Amino acid sequence: MSDAVIELAGLTKAYNVGTPVEAEVLHGIDLSLAQGEFAALIGPSGSGKSTLLNIIGLLERPTGGRLSIGGRDTAALSEAEITALRGRSIGFVFQFHHLLPAFSALENVMMPTIIARGAPDDEAEATALQLLDAVGLKAHAHKKPAELSGGQQQRVAIARALALRPRLILADEPTGNLDTHTADDIFALLREFNRQTACACLIVTHDPRLAARCDRTIQLVDGRIAADG
Amino acid sequence: MQTLLILAGTTGGVAVIVFLTQLITQLQAQIVDRVLGTQPHVVIRPLEEANRRAFDDPASAVVIEPRAQRLRSVDQWENVARLAAAMPGVTAVSPTVTGPAFAVRGQANKSVALMGIDAERYRRIVRMEEYMVAGRFAVDGTRAVIGSELAKDLGIRLEDKLRVALPNGRDELLQVGGIFDIGNKDLNRRWVFVTLPLGQSLLDLPGGVSNLDLTVADIFDAQAIATRLQGATGLTVDSWMQTNAQLLAALRNQTVSNNLIRSFVIVIVALGIASVLVVSVVQKQKEIGILRAMGASRAMILQVFLIQGALVGAVGSILGSLLAFGLLNMFSAIYRNADGSPLFAAELEPRFIVLAALVATGVGLASALIPARRAAKMDPVQAIRS
Ligand SMILES: Nc1ncnc2c1ncn2[C@@H]1O[C@H](COP(=O)(O)OP(=O)(O)O)[C@@H](O)[C@H]1O
Ligand SMILES: [Mg+2]
Repeated sequence: MSDAVIELAGLTKAYNVGTPVEAEVLHGIDLSLAQGEFAALIGPSGSGKSTLLNIIGLLERPTGGRLSIGGRDTAALSEAEITALRGRSIGFVFQFHHLLPAFSALENVMMPTIIARGAPDDEAEATALQLLDAVGLKAHAHKKPAELSGGQQQRVAIARALALRPRLILADEPTGNLDTHTADDIFALLREFNRQTACACLIVTHDPRLAARCDRTIQLVDGRIAADG
Repeated sequence: MQTLLILAGTTGGVAVIVFLTQLITQLQAQIVDRVLGTQPHVVIRPLEEANRRAFDDPASAVVIEPRAQRLRSVDQWENVARLAAAMPGVTAVSPTVTGPAFAVRGQANKSVALMGIDAERYRRIVRMEEYMVAGRFAVDGTRAVIGSELAKDLGIRLEDKLRVALPNGRDELLQVGGIFDIGNKDLNRRWVFVTLPLGQSLLDLPGGVSNLDLTVADIFDAQAIATRLQGATGLTVDSWMQTNAQLLAALRNQTVSNNLIRSFVIVIVALGIASVLVVSVVQKQKEIGILRAMGASRAMILQVFLIQGALVGAVGSILGSLLAFGLLNMFSAIYRNADGSPLFAAELEPRFIVLAALVATGVGLASALIPARRAAKMDPVQAIRS
């Protein structure tokens, strides 16, 4: 599978290791996601969806098993390399928009580029404006997150996730807080970017309607993959 | 909001430190200057002189007992003077013959200290020309210079005559060619300057001098130079630092307590900055997590908080220096000397501002260290999950 963006083999995750309350929440996950794939991750609450997403997103380290991103085994990478890899190749969209409240929509979208390059530049701003235009928010570029509606905030968050043209988009219940109509819009937006940039997308959702519109549905139950296809 | 509060705190702290330091430095310099304005830095005297020249010390108003024994001269004082003048750090040497006398005019009769000097050389010990209120500081023949208090007590004006009588029966009619006000009533009442030869003959000390007065380049070298001279000559050599040991101790104590206050203020400001940053790290937990998720490294997060601490220190030191300058202006307008001149100048030495800026920035940086490390170590997932 040379075009696999991510590859998990026998991946486990336990919390509070070595304490009486040690709990394994992921038990041997085997999973791979190809370039351009648009997959839904479903499962009951507490089944480990967020944990899995955070591990794939390099925010947490697995307890056991293997995780490769773009063909590179992440276990061998240093903290700094992990950080760099995360910034460059992964875009996050969270259930709560998680925009920085002190900055405008435009500045929020520029943030990953600023972090990666160390300083803002004209190109970063042009790209950010383009992305805001693509999510239909060009007119709101200079508003603070608090001045935007929930759907608009989530659009800004999607634009931010795309700023560095990542190979992988991880979205954890991106429509969980939105009404059905707005949720459909956001979902459509992700789908459109997936087609345009051929990035792989892994989207956690509770909505069976939305899951049905994905190429593939992975079901997680009690930390194990119960269905995939 | 907290940033504003802690900025205000830092500003206040820096202001207090700069203000106190400037004030104390100035006042101490003034005190030392005033003390040394009327006395030599170093005095060489004959060995075992029982009777101290108490009138050297303007702080004491002890009346000198007439000496029981005859005045004694510094042995081979010309050689000693040459040796002293050749010593590194010594900038002036002046011979003085001095002894008790009475100033008489009409019925009035005042106890004074007759000072036989070479005006040209004595000027380099005590800047007499700056203290003259009438006439010039020059002695010649029987022309003399007296203090303003004595002039007032005896009703003497410039060019008036004044008789001095000595315990040994000699006397002389002097003509007052100058009146000084040295800022010390006792000295203004006691000092009567005449030429060295006249002093020598009146005091029965032909060719001799009772002491050699020295000026040194660095006033705080005086004691070291005195010790060296004592070793070289075997004579009694005293520095102003010995004669004013109490004053010096007081100044040192003041410096110590000032340092103590400064240390406390620095610690309090540092704790303030640190606690505000600790709170802000907790509050910004979510933002830190978001930034980390977007590829910000631990080092970047560390930097952000360190810079914040340093900025608080730097901006606080600038504002604090301005505030201190304002305080100095205010206080110098309020507190004035008896003659209406300001007690101290409302100026701020640039080196204090630079020092305050460096220290405050350093303290800000140091205070930010613990919170910044905490922020850098924070688990981004915790922030994002909630
Ligand atoms: N930091 C943690 N320490 C201990 N247990 C945790 C921690 N994070 C998550 N868990 C547990 O792991 C399980 C999976 O959580 P999560 O991945 O959030 O599930 P989901 O996103 O599918 O609802 C839950 O039982 C949760 O309580
Ligand atoms: Mg979840």
